Amino acid sequence: MPEPHEDVSPVDDPRLKLVDRAMKRLQYQPDALIEVLHTAQEAYGYLSRELLAHVSAKLKLPESQVFGVATFYHFFTLRPRGEHNCIVCTGTACYVKGAGEIVKALESSCQVQAGQTTVDGRLSLGTARCLGNCSLAPMLTIDGRVHGPETASGAVEKLQQLLEVQDE
Amino acid sequence: MNRTELVELAENLEQRRQSMELRLLVCCGTPCVAAGAEAVVAALREKIAVSETPVNVDVVGTGCLGPCSRGPLLTVQRSGETDLIYERITPLQAVSILDACLGKADVPEQGRLPDNFPFFSCQTRVVLANSGRIDPEDIQQYISYGGYGALAQVLHESSPQEVCDGMVTSGLRGRGGGGYPTGLKWQLVRKESGVRKFVVANGDEGDPGAYMDRSLMESDPHRILEGMAIAGYAVGAEQGYIYVRGEYPLAAERLRKAIRDAERLGVMGSRVLDSSFSFRVDIRIGAGAFVCGEETALLASIMGRRGQPSIRPPYPAQAGLWDCPTLINNVETFGNIAAIFTMGPAAFAAIGNGKSRGTKVFALCGEVVNTGLIEVPMGIPLRDIVFAVGGGLPGGAPFKAAQTGGPSGGCIPADKLDTPVDYENLQALGSIMGSGGLIIMGEKSCMVDVARFFMEFCLDESCGKCVPCRTGTIEIYRILTRICNGSARPIDLENLEKLCLMVKNTSLCGLGAAAPNPVLSTLHWFRGEYEAHVKERRCPSGVCAMNELPIHQMADELLRRIAAGRVNGEAF
Repeated sequence: MPEPHEDVSPVDDPRLKLVDRAMKRLQYQPDALIEVLHTAQEAYGYLSRELLAHVSAKLKLPESQVFGVATFYHFFTLRPRGEHNCIVCTGTACYVKGAGEIVKALESSCQVQAGQTTVDGRLSLGTARCLGNCSLAPMLTIDGRVHGPETASGAVEKLQQLLEVQDE
Repeated sequence: MNRTELVELAENLEQRRQSMELRLLVCCGTPCVAAGAEAVVAALREKIAVSETPVNVDVVGTGCLGPCSRGPLLTVQRSGETDLIYERITPLQAVSILDACLGKADVPEQGRLPDNFPFFSCQTRVVLANSGRIDPEDIQQYISYGGYGALAQVLHESSPQEVCDGMVTSGLRGRGGGGYPTGLKWQLVRKESGVRKFVVANGDEGDPGAYMDRSLMESDPHRILEGMAIAGYAVGAEQGYIYVRGEYPLAAERLRKAIRDAERLGVMGSRVLDSSFSFRVDIRIGAGAFVCGEETALLASIMGRRGQPSIRPPYPAQAGLWDCPTLINNVETFGNIAAIFTMGPAAFAAIGNGKSRGTKVFALCGEVVNTGLIEVPMGIPLRDIVFAVGGGLPGGAPFKAAQTGGPSGGCIPADKLDTPVDYENLQALGSIMGSGGLIIMGEKSCMVDVARFFMEFCLDESCGKCVPCRTGTIEIYRILTRICNGSARPIDLENLEKLCLMVKNTSLCGLGAAAPNPVLSTLHWFRGEYEAHVKERRCPSGVCAMNELPIHQMADELLRRIAAGRVNGEAF
């Protein structure tokens, strides 16, 4: 897991090169800010303050604007994510079919609030407004893989299995 | 490539397709993949690879076929016979079907959907014509069904003005929810002077409970590109953007590939189909903000800024991207364009009802047997959608309400089931067509809690620019929470209604103006439920906990408990 306040240097960091290359490809246009932030988050997993400062300097944008955009959109995260990622869809179809129960069950079994990462950094539990798989409602994704229709107990079991496997 | 070459290619590809003895189409939409469609494809391919006799069989992983709750789905196309569709197919079953077809034996009946299955027979597929029929990543399959033919026809036979006129004749209206006449919008952008103009496809499908756009972009990306190119030609734009929601990486990937393939073939890019018209498309990935579905917010987001709406006028048609005239349509709207020019604008206008022409794609979800993606002609009664296409509620449970339009829409009660589904009739019921989410609810859903669910969504997604939306949604949410937990006072209902109307009338953009709709519509049709919560502290559906007390009853309750000797510092 990366350190929360990792410095963006050294210069030869391959992740930083990815970001720099993206900015160069987009000709350092301020309009390309969101594209650059997407690339940066893909490379680092999250957007650190230092990284945002770096992007703002290169794109010649005020840091406030870069920070504003990074915090406006739900997709960008300023904190590192956990090793595993579980997102429970709470869109309308999932809500009607009982997604709330699943979130509650996972929160209590994993001892983490939705939207946060466990203390040991193993798991990030999140909710999404709609993942567009309404016919599988209620559904969730674990590390990008779609599961549904899901039950509260089934979801708890799946996550526990996942976390146990890694422990061995 | 020029037009003649395109026609020739299409003919050759069609012949090749028809020469196939057997075609097995496995739906590889996300729900089917989650149910194991990839294993089915692998098993079929392996079986064919090890087959001793050479077989003339195509195995195609297609886009979404529709009845997603029944996946994985397999369509069997045998030359000269009607198609068979199998549900919940396993790799083993798929192989046995393949064997039966090749051995000229009777095909298995297990898992086969009946012919004239109402889910399909009640639909009219225009936009979804290719969904579930072609491999979305193969441009040749799109061309084999006449793809890019409409673009070639328009470029060579019509002037831009004629294309706009055709759009007006077709009667197509914006499928993103607003229902603004598309032809009129095209005319406006066309009339603007300006060297640079842009075409933007709105694929930021933020509505919870709707996934038509995702499915269309994933299942038939070339259809959207063709529609955009025709629009570009009509309004005089050479650059297009597709704004894809960040949650839909697969859609973005498929569109990227589609753009590359189309440019390589010469049906996009510079000098499209050897004409003087050039058109390029770029993808912009959204980053998760519902408000970006609003057109001015979407443009801000494309330009790398926060997605906050701005005051109109000027409308994007006058000053949009980088202050240039910009045409914005929903991706489903663009999905209609090629079909309009293939079948002719007048034939398209013959489908539909009143001022709503053509078809509408809905994501049918919630408490209904056949969930999935459907396309029905405008004006079809809601009852037919729920009970014929959807197969009713599970276990024959009673229908309570249908929610359309997501957080900007409303709920339609059971006694309005015969309403024709079109823009005007839904609006008359206090709901909207919206982008096409259609959620069916049974008796287990509490309408107050439903309204609260949508208000929580809106307060979360409010961009914070204007006060009515920013603080109004929070205040409405607080009142709804009080109603749901039992602490509401009778005056709260009155205040709720007033506040809703205020937010509706004074918000800057569509998000705020439509945010109170779910509350107003449930208040209108299900007022009894609200009153039961407030006056009797009872939730008729048994959803709300109702474990708190209104402030004016607290003193009495305290005295009652003291009298009963039950005061241990417990909460009410």
